[in-house]
Amino acid sequence: MLLITDLEKTYPGPNGGFTAVRGMSFAVQDGEMFTIVGPSGAGKTTLLRCIAGLSAPTAGTISIDGVPIDGPPREFAVVFQDYARSLMPWMSVARNVELPLVKHGSDARSRRRAVEQALAEVGLADAAHKKPFQLSGGMQQRVAIARAIAYRPKVLIMDEPFASVDAQTRADLEDLLLKVREETGTTIVFVTHDVDESVYLSDRVAIVTRSPSRIDRIVSIPLPHPRDQIVTKSLPEFAELRAQVFGRIREMVHDAALADA
Amino acid sequence: MVLPTLARPAPRVPRRRPAPGRPRGGAVLLPLLALAVAVALQEALTRTGVLPGSYFPPASQTAAALLVELGGATFWQTLGSTVSTWLLALLIAVPLGTAVGTVLGLVRPVEAFLRPVVEFLRPIPSVALIPLVVLTIGTSARSALFLAVFASFWQVLVPAIAGVRSAHPIALDTARSYSFTLWQRLRWVQLAAMLPHLATATRLATSTSLILVVTAEIIIGIPGLGHEITMSRSVGNAARMYAYIVVSGVAGIVVNAVVKRLERALFVSHGIGAQA
Amino acid sequence: MSVTRTTELRRLADGGRGRVALGVLGALVAVLAWSAVSGSSENIYFPSLLEILERTAAYWPTPEGVDNLTASLRTLGAGLGLAVLVGVAAGLLIGQVPVVAQTVSPALEFVRAIPATALVPFAMMLFGVGDEMKVFLIALGCVWPILLNTADGARGLDATLLDTARVFHVTGLRRALGVVVPAVLPRVLVGVRIAVPLSLILMVTSEMVGAQRGLGYVITQAQATFQLLTMWSGIVVLGVLGFLLTTAYSALERLLLRWCDPKRVSS
Repeated sequence: MLLITDLEKTYPGPNGGFTAVRGMSFAVQDGEMFTIVGPSGAGKTTLLRCIAGLSAPTAGTISIDGVPIDGPPREFAVVFQDYARSLMPWMSVARNVELPLVKHGSDARSRRRAVEQALAEVGLADAAHKKPFQLSGGMQQRVAIARAIAYRPKVLIMDEPFASVDAQTRADLEDLLLKVREETGTTIVFVTHDVDESVYLSDRVAIVTRSPSRIDRIVSIPLPHPRDQIVTKSLPEFAELRAQVFGRIREMVHDAALADA
Repeated sequence: MVLPTLARPAPRVPRRRPAPGRPRGGAVLLPLLALAVAVALQEALTRTGVLPGSYFPPASQTAAALLVELGGATFWQTLGSTVSTWLLALLIAVPLGTAVGTVLGLVRPVEAFLRPVVEFLRPIPSVALIPLVVLTIGTSARSALFLAVFASFWQVLVPAIAGVRSAHPIALDTARSYSFTLWQRLRWVQLAAMLPHLATATRLATSTSLILVVTAEIIIGIPGLGHEITMSRSVGNAARMYAYIVVSGVAGIVVNAVVKRLERALFVSHGIGAQA
Repeated sequence: MSVTRTTELRRLADGGRGRVALGVLGALVAVLAWSAVSGSSENIYFPSLLEILERTAAYWPTPEGVDNLTASLRTLGAGLGLAVLVGVAAGLLIGQVPVVAQTVSPALEFVRAIPATALVPFAMMLFGVGDEMKVFLIALGCVWPILLNTADGARGLDATLLDTARVFHVTGLRRALGVVVPAVLPRVLVGVRIAVPLSLILMVTSEMVGAQRGLGYVITQAQATFQLLTMWSGIVVLGVLGFLLTTAYSALERLLLRWCDPKRVSS
């Protein structure tokens, strides 16, 4: 279980700095698909960076199975939004996927098999020897996902991973993620600003406020599995849940606008 | 009426590795401290004889030599002759390289025709021409000027060709759709595209032409900083040699700063963000 | 002049084969023009091209010529190699450790501004005349562009790239060789590209003032003894050497940067 307790993150600066997150608490169950959604300007990326161990919280604790996180944990993998920069452009697709595997102590043959499997999983078996720049944006993000899968993480952290691809590719990647999750049972923490995406993918959706961010509410998504872009999104329950999340976010933006004026 | 803004602009979250607890004045204090320590160490090492004083005179002696020179009558003349040749070389090489580069960039057949000749002449280290220049031009400052212009001309020419062609196709289409004349197109579209290329080229040409002027002074014996440096060595006055090396560095910094200032002014007037 | 003629010519200059044809033509015309002018000229300082080429073929393959050529090339290689090693190592350090950068950057700005050849007398004082002096001078002059470009590249390393390495526990040598060095490589190569012509200048200069061997020495000796053909042949050899060096370096750069998106590199 991933447990976040009373998290606070303040960046130093004039006038006491900028507090991105304050008093944030929630728990993610093993194997759960947990999405964090909120208005732009909320400290979503900050939150993910803290969970991933990439930046240290100012106060509060983050723990995985009772062990506090104080640096990137071995059993976590991250998929960044900026695929063009998270892949090593000088390495072939296969080498990119293989890069983090050496630490697992596996021999070369089983490493290569893991790479092949992961690439087949994301539908890129034929692209193993290409360089990232020869692939489209969506394909590059598939490579990043393959890299994360091959790493066999307990928790997969995704920071707006599909925000920079076109709508059709985005739908494909969402379904790929659902399939991967079905097969591996990985816990996934997913940040997005897209309400439809959050409802479609998740078991639970956490709505966060604008900075200093805290959890506003957590909405359970009891939609049936397997999910389907057309069938699931046509369900009246989907529309209802979507309206619930969207409505709450709009309320928050509106309240903030009034407070500003 | 005040419209409520829907989204406050998100404060930029520092993405770069933050330097924890960096002192405010670090950018000024640290280098000053490092310089003071280095100078004190050098002074101590030579005074105690760990470093040979005849090769590395104590910093205080170099400073003293510099002061003596600053008070002398010939110093400003020496500095002036180096800097004036240098600036003159830039004033010739940069406009000449830009003009020729613009023509070659616009008229492709001529450029294709001349390219091999350019590619052969460009990498010739111009110092190799010194003996020839001595025979034909002589041992005056004109020789240094020729060498500096020859060396920096190519460094402006090639980026100028690339610069003229780097104008964005959409900008060129816009110019065409408004029926710009050739002059208007050059002035308003292509010059702006050229500027970043020319800025880099000018900076490179600035340091190259100084190198050539100093080299000519050392080898040919033209009056100037280079000549003073090599003369000081040959009479065994190491402190004076270092003093003149320091002066050449200061001159380099000052002229670089002037060139950078001009560059920025030009960029601002053409609506290009201060780049690099 | 008809409009169609000019557009035809323009199209010719754009196409690959047309460009080469025009270029060959240009080179031929240049060589012919030079030999025509120099052949008929009475000016003793500009001997005919044919004679220069004859002297080039006669002098440079002799043991003495080969000896001078290899002496130059050896010091050039050693000096440039040293500059690359020191420049990349120091540049990586300066670029990645902010405290070091803050401490040394004003000093660097100053040392960089000193025209490299002003250090010729300094190098001669330390090492006398000989190969060590030449290597030292070339390394000293060429290290700055490499160091500064490497430091710039290392400072600008992409945050996402480094985060990726951290998240996946790519550390130590694998991080250095697999992530940092390739990411900085394009900037290192820019620095070396500036250093290559500079190294030639420094090589020739040091040979002209303090050496008994090398291309620069041959050229100045020939001038002093009024052997103009040998002097000219030395200039021609230096030109060819410079051309070969820059061409070889461009090829090396293309080879090392094959992974770069060609669209991004050209823009």
